[in-house]
Formats: sequence, structure tokens, C-alpha cells
Amino acid sequence: MAAVTADQKTQSTSGTAKAAGTGAGPAAGTAPEAADAALLAAFDAAVAADDRIEPRDWMPEAYRATLIRQMAQHAHSEIIGMQPEANWITRAPSLRRKAILMAKVQDEAGHGLYLYSAAETLGTSREELLDKLHAGRQRYSSIFNYPTLTWADVGAIGWLVDGAAITNQVPLCRCSYGPYARAMVRICKEESFHQRQGYELLLALSRGTEAQHAMAQDAVDRWWWPSLMMFGPPDDASSHSEQSMAWKIKRHSNDELRRRFVDICVPQAEALGLTLPDPDIRWNEERGQHDFGAIDWTEFQQVLKGNGPCNEQRITQRRRAHEEGAWVRDAAAAYAAKHTTPSTRTAQPAQHVEETA
Amino acid sequence: MSAALALGDDALVLSHRLGEWAGHAPVLEEEVALANIALDLLGQARVLLSLVGDEDELAYLREERAFRNLQLVEQPNGDFAHTIARQLYFSVYQHLLYERLAAGDGEFAELAAKAVKEVAYHRDHAEQWVLRLGDGTAESHERMQSGLEALWRFTGEMFQPIEGLDAAGTTGTVAATGTTGTTDTAGATGTSGSGSGVDWAELESAWLSAVTATVERATLTLPTGPRTGAWAAGAGRQGLHTEPFGRMLAEMQHLHRSHPGASW
Repeated sequence: MAAVTADQKTQSTSGTAKAAGTGAGPAAGTAPEAADAALLAAFDAAVAADDRIEPRDWMPEAYRATLIRQMAQHAHSEIIGMQPEANWITRAPSLRRKAILMAKVQDEAGHGLYLYSAAETLGTSREELLDKLHAGRQRYSSIFNYPTLTWADVGAIGWLVDGAAITNQVPLCRCSYGPYARAMVRICKEESFHQRQGYELLLALSRGTEAQHAMAQDAVDRWWWPSLMMFGPPDDASSHSEQSMAWKIKRHSNDELRRRFVDICVPQAEALGLTLPDPDIRWNEERGQHDFGAIDWTEFQQVLKGNGPCNEQRITQRRRAHEEGAWVRDAAAAYAAKHTTPSTRTAQPAQHVEETA
Repeated sequence: MSAALALGDDALVLSHRLGEWAGHAPVLEEEVALANIALDLLGQARVLLSLVGDEDELAYLREERAFRNLQLVEQPNGDFAHTIARQLYFSVYQHLLYERLAAGDGEFAELAAKAVKEVAYHRDHAEQWVLRLGDGTAESHERMQSGLEALWRFTGEMFQPIEGLDAAGTTGTVAATGTTGTTDTAGATGTSGSGSGVDWAELESAWLSAVTATVERATLTLPTGPRTGAWAAGAGRQGLHTEPFGRMLAEMQHLHRSHPGASW
């Protein structure tokens, strides 16, 4: 997928990383090392200048691999992340809340679609990425391995999990890879909306009956620490961070974003009338930030290794949906092969619209 | 029974069933599509139920015997073909019915005019899938045929006249006839061909010909069994449901009922 074409090499030596190679040319395989160095220099210059790297541009293989890994994990998280919330669709306590939750889960499927499409610009395919997810060779966010035990969990996910995701993802809107950055602009808009809805759900519970308030507090107690873990390991243990920051895939360190998130949540929790389950949270005048307690990294590692409360359940359901849907996808492919020519495919629905208009 | 309750319950219950697909669909595009249809139906249900009373009281505090939805829409999802068969039968019915309501000037005309656009999409989605599955692989053909067969016996109920629909829903004869005779008789019973409101016999024949066309184009066979089981005739509309429905309601209503008087 990533063979550098002679065409691209030629262009790159003329000094641009924006080589619009066709990608169809034969891999030369004989290009001088000087050309590689020139390509890399042009790439580095583009990143340094905050230019966007686009699919046809030359990029280091490691940059491509890192992006595929990160975007796939991001897409997988959207898809697996549908499960804990969908768990409550059939039990949502009012029709308004049910509509909001359905719309949210639908948005997540849509986000998965954007992200798989964005990843496909790097030369992989949705099928390939899903296969890797199902085989356990690519990850999804650790947070979705926690169970949704009460209705209030839907609110806690909106407020805390989506809140953490937004804190992580807003900087990705400026990520050096164009298709990813553009996908994130759209996703962040919708996520912000979900986050406000989650907050509002919790607020209604917090101000509701005693039982509802207790339900909200219990949910926050269970989701707080896992949400902080969403920012990843501490900076001194984060293996990909340094390179990702140099490539401007990442703009801030894990710990920096985590602190920013805590600072956002503390006043919000107060406004909600709920407490955060950390007796060590306090304002640090000197640093102008909140200090907070130690994260249980052992638990984080266990969840990452597959030993969280729902790892098995989540991946089993995903695999089952995929396997049980195989005959449907086969049917669609067989039908398309029998019937689709470029003209009939578009003609059929149009004809139907006319009939029913 | 109010017609709004009957139509609202249809939309509410089918929306719930489709919501059960979330996270289980065969392909991501169908996660989006099924949720989209479920949301459209839920929106319709909320408008219709609000015409009758408080939407949440009606959805969450009525017991099984007080629901007026068709037995068709409460049927469990089954496999994807089963779900699509249910979608085909119902969305063609709903589309034809709403077209007729929209053409009148009764209480439902405006609502139907808005909903008919959504329902046209639902119908297209169902028909396209019936074609793909029917004329796809041997396995999908067989599954699609099974889905059509399994739900066939619930389709007769759709054409039992809905009491009160005629007076409330339309003041003209069925749009398809092009006549404009208006009776607007409150409490009209709406028996087929009475000349007031929906002509149920005409609706049934339009439905049958639309479904037949799709089924045949999909290389499938129209089921031949009875469309109206003797005891099932009009049963859902009378509050007589099938066994899976009670379980569905238990799940749907549990949380709301556990916190009487709470707001969410």
C-alpha cells in the first residue's frame, strides 16, 4: 500500500511533500537514498508548518502505521461503545430520554463509519480493521469494558466519558493528518451535544427523588476513575506519546489532558450537586490546577489485558453480530453482483421515489 | 379506542423492537438505518400519544390489555430477514394509510403529511432489502421466505377498520378514488366501502398488490396461509396480544414503574 512511486519521488525532489502521485505507478525500488531523505525532509517541513498531510502525500511508514492503529482504535471504540448505552435503550424511563439515547447510539455508529472511512485513506479497509478487532489484535477504549448497571450510568457516560473523549479529541481537530482532523471536527460537534445531554440527565436525577439522586451519585462513583484512565498511562509510561507529539498527531500529553479534564469536572460536579469519589481532590493555588488522588494503574492494566468486567461480553457480542450478519452481507454482495450496473443501481431508488411521491 | 392510540401504539411498539437491534445489526450502515427508522417511529408515537394524553403515562403505565397496537409490530425481531419482513408488511401499510390520511383534511392530515415522508423512506429500505435477500444467496432467499411466511398470519389485522379513524382522520373518501364526498360523521364506524374515511378494502387491495409486486420481483413467493387467524382478527386493536408482548412491556416499563411519580 505504501510503496513510494517513482512519480512521487520525482516530485518530492522538486521540493514538495504534497506530491500528488497517482499511486498507480510501479514501485521503482531503485530510487536513491537521497530521494528518501528529501521526502522525509519535505514531510517534516509540512508538519512543522502545520500543513495537513493528505492521503496521496508521502508519509513515513511509521506515521502511517501509527495513524492506522490510532484511528482504528478510535473507530472500534465508537462501535463497542454502542453496547453499554444500547443496554438501556429498551428500558429508558421516558420517551424523550429514549429518543435522545437512540439518537446518540445512532450517532456513534455514524462516527464509526467516518473513522473507518478516514482510516481507509491510509490504505487499509474497514473489513480488515474489523477482523483485527474481532481477533483481539486491535484495541478499543478501556472504558467500554465497564457495565451500565443503572439508568444513571447513561448520564455518567454522557457527562464523564464523552467529556473525557472531547477533552482528548478536540486537539485532534488540528491533527496533522487531514482526513482524521476533518472527521474529528464533525465528531466533536456531536459529542459535545451528547455530553450536555448526559449532564442534563444527571442533573434531572440529582434534583429528583432521593432514590434518583442516590442512583446518580452511585453512577458517578463508579465511572469517575475509569474516565480518568481514558487519557492513557501517565506520561512517563506512555510509549507512543513522544513520537505522536512530534508528528502533531497528538498535541498534549496524557497527564496534561487528564488534569485539564479534572479542572473542568470539579465545578460541574458541584453544580450537579454530586461529589467526585476522590477525597484528595483540592485546588492547588501554586499550580493553578486541581491536585487529585492516585489512579489504580493495576486495574487499568488488567482491563487492557482483557480482564475487565465486560471485555469478554463486549467482544463476544461484536463478533456474534458480525458472524450472524455474514449471510446478510453475502446476500447484498450477491444481489449487487447479479443486478448492479452503474446505471441500474441509481435508477431503481429514483424510480421508487417517483412512484410513491 | 381512539385512532391516535392505535396508530401511536403501532409506532411505539415497532420503534421499541427496532431499538433492540442497536449493537446487533449485520453491518454498520444498518445500525444507522434501523435506529433511524426507530427514531422516526418514536417521534410519530410521541405526537400521536400526546393527542390522547400524557405520552409517558400512556407508554409506561398502561398494561398489556390496554395497548391497541397491531400484533404484527409486537412480534420479536427474529433474524434480519424476519425483521425485514415485518418492516415490509408494516411500512407498506403505514405508507398507504398515511398517504390517504394526508390527502384528507381530518385531525391526522397534517401529522400524516409529515410522517409520510419518513415512512416512504422506511418502505424503500424494506423493499430494497427484500430484493437483496430474496434475490441474494440461496440462504438469504430461504430466510426471507421464512420471514414472510412466519408473519403472514398477522397481516390481516391491518385492514380491520380502526374505530373512529374515519371521523377524526379524514373527511373525504379515500384519496385514490379521487372523489370528494364528505360525510364527516362523528363516530362513523368506518366499515369498508361505507363512503366515509379510509376505504379499508381498497387499502387492503393496494397493500396486497404492492407487497405482491415486491415479493415477486425478489423471486420470492407470496405466502398462501390465512392472513387472519380466526381468533386473531383485530385482536391487537382490541387489546388482545401475543405472549412476547407482555415481556417486552415488562422490560420497557420496569424502570419507570419502579419510581412512581418521578420525572426523568
